[in-house]
Amino acid sequence: MTALLRATGLWKAFGEREVLRGVDVEVAKHEVVALIGASGSGKSTLLRCLGLLETIDDGQILLADQDISDPRVDANRIRARFGAVFQSYNLFPHLSVLENVTLASRIVHDVPRREAEQRGLALLDRIGLADLAKEHPDRLSGGQQQRAAIVRAIATEPEVLLLDEITSALDPELVGEVLGLVSELAADGATILMATHEMAFAREVAHRIVFLDGGEVLEEGPPEQVLAAPREERTREFLSRFLA
Amino acid sequence: MTVHQPSELELDRRRYRRSRGRRSVLVAIGSTLAFALIVWLTIVNTPGWSQVQRAFFDPEIAWASLPRVWDGFLLNLQVMGLSVITVGACALVIAVLRTLRGPVFFPLRALAAAYTDLFRGIPFIIVLYIVGFGIPTIVGVRIPPIVLGVIAVTLTYSAYVSEVIRAGIEAVHPSQRLAARALGLRHGQTMRRIVLPQALRKMTPPLMNDFVSMQKDVGLISILGAVDAVRAAQIIQGQIYNFTPYVVAGLLFVLLAIPTIRLTDWYTARLRTREQSGSLL
Repeated sequence: MTALLRATGLWKAFGEREVLRGVDVEVAKHEVVALIGASGSGKSTLLRCLGLLETIDDGQILLADQDISDPRVDANRIRARFGAVFQSYNLFPHLSVLENVTLASRIVHDVPRREAEQRGLALLDRIGLADLAKEHPDRLSGGQQQRAAIVRAIATEPEVLLLDEITSALDPELVGEVLGLVSELAADGATILMATHEMAFAREVAHRIVFLDGGEVLEEGPPEQVLAAPREERTREFLSRFLA
Repeated sequence: MTVHQPSELELDRRRYRRSRGRRSVLVAIGSTLAFALIVWLTIVNTPGWSQVQRAFFDPEIAWASLPRVWDGFLLNLQVMGLSVITVGACALVIAVLRTLRGPVFFPLRALAAAYTDLFRGIPFIIVLYIVGFGIPTIVGVRIPPIVLGVIAVTLTYSAYVSEVIRAGIEAVHPSQRLAARALGLRHGQTMRRIVLPQALRKMTPPLMNDFVSMQKDVGLISILGAVDAVRAAQIIQGQIYNFTPYVVAGLLFVLLAIPTIRLTDWYTARLRTREQSGSLL
């Protein structure tokens, strides 16, 4: 299986602090990979570097065998091939939900307004938010906002979805509706790399788990192995805090 | 859905609040009238009041001077109307220049920064003198004072307003820019679609403040020899040696500023209630 997204030897430092210390990670087409690890282990930074939202200090990132870490490529074009969802939704507060969802289609991918809106409404309808399409994001609950943010990310049919702890800011009863949507996308064959603290969800949906610790990949493998029978002492220690 | 019928307890509370409300209004009216009466009596009975009234508040002179002062005031309004457009455009360009990233833009960034530093520091009257009397001597053609006034106001106020705009741009949370870039929007698209619309809301109150300040400073164009409201008042004052025309001109400026000030208050209050929707305090 060839990787759709492959990063090798990624280094990233913020000032003196080295956040990524030679990370290798790859995601195959239709594969769901979960990044786990303590806060500050580099999960968010890794996702941002892969999506070209941060510049890297060393290493290489390949998307469909193209070196996207080459400064000569048009980063805007590459970013448009990723879909990103953030912990705090980051919906645009001055635009309606539908405008949020259709913005990139219309001005980055030059889809005609009518067509973009039809598609956007169809997507919103699928997640039960069509009634709220004309509302501004602040009228929605946290779970609804995050689902709208996911729809915004998938509206342009990105090749890879990067999900950065998308349920961390939500109340427990709202987590389910967001994870339900991610499961559906995974079942539909989306390629997903997600940072998460939801171990049960990762076990259920992810094909592979990558455990990051101190900016390095300490352990990776299928969920049943990494989560149930970790090889590394650090992984066991980390997981024990979730099972307690 | 059935409409909720308020209980007897709630109805009683509402009756009480209504009666309290009526009482408050009556007390406010009464105290205002009493206060105004006391102030009025104090002023009128102060020794020398009749001289003050004759020199500054002569109703007949005020009425007689109004048409000429008003004609001059129309010139102030023209300068102001044009300046709003030119200041807005120039300030936006300067502010955006200052937010440009990348080494290519360094000279533009530096130039914009130097400009704002310079023109926020120079007293407006110096700019006015240099533009108003300096430019015509070099060019050698007669330039209408209205044009010179607009140029001077634009030079000074673009510096102030661009700083307000820049602060507004920087007040938009970086995560908004991140989300826009993640969707593939370019820097310019991110600025126009995401950052500026949100920045505009944040900067409206300080912008209005600068606008009120500009309305007044437009009165300074009288030193260029343009017959504006201030100049017209000065001419009349010179003829009859009475200062009432100045008061008339001043009142016109105040009347112009009041709607803007009220609008700002209203808008700020609306923003506040919006941000705190659902909460009473």
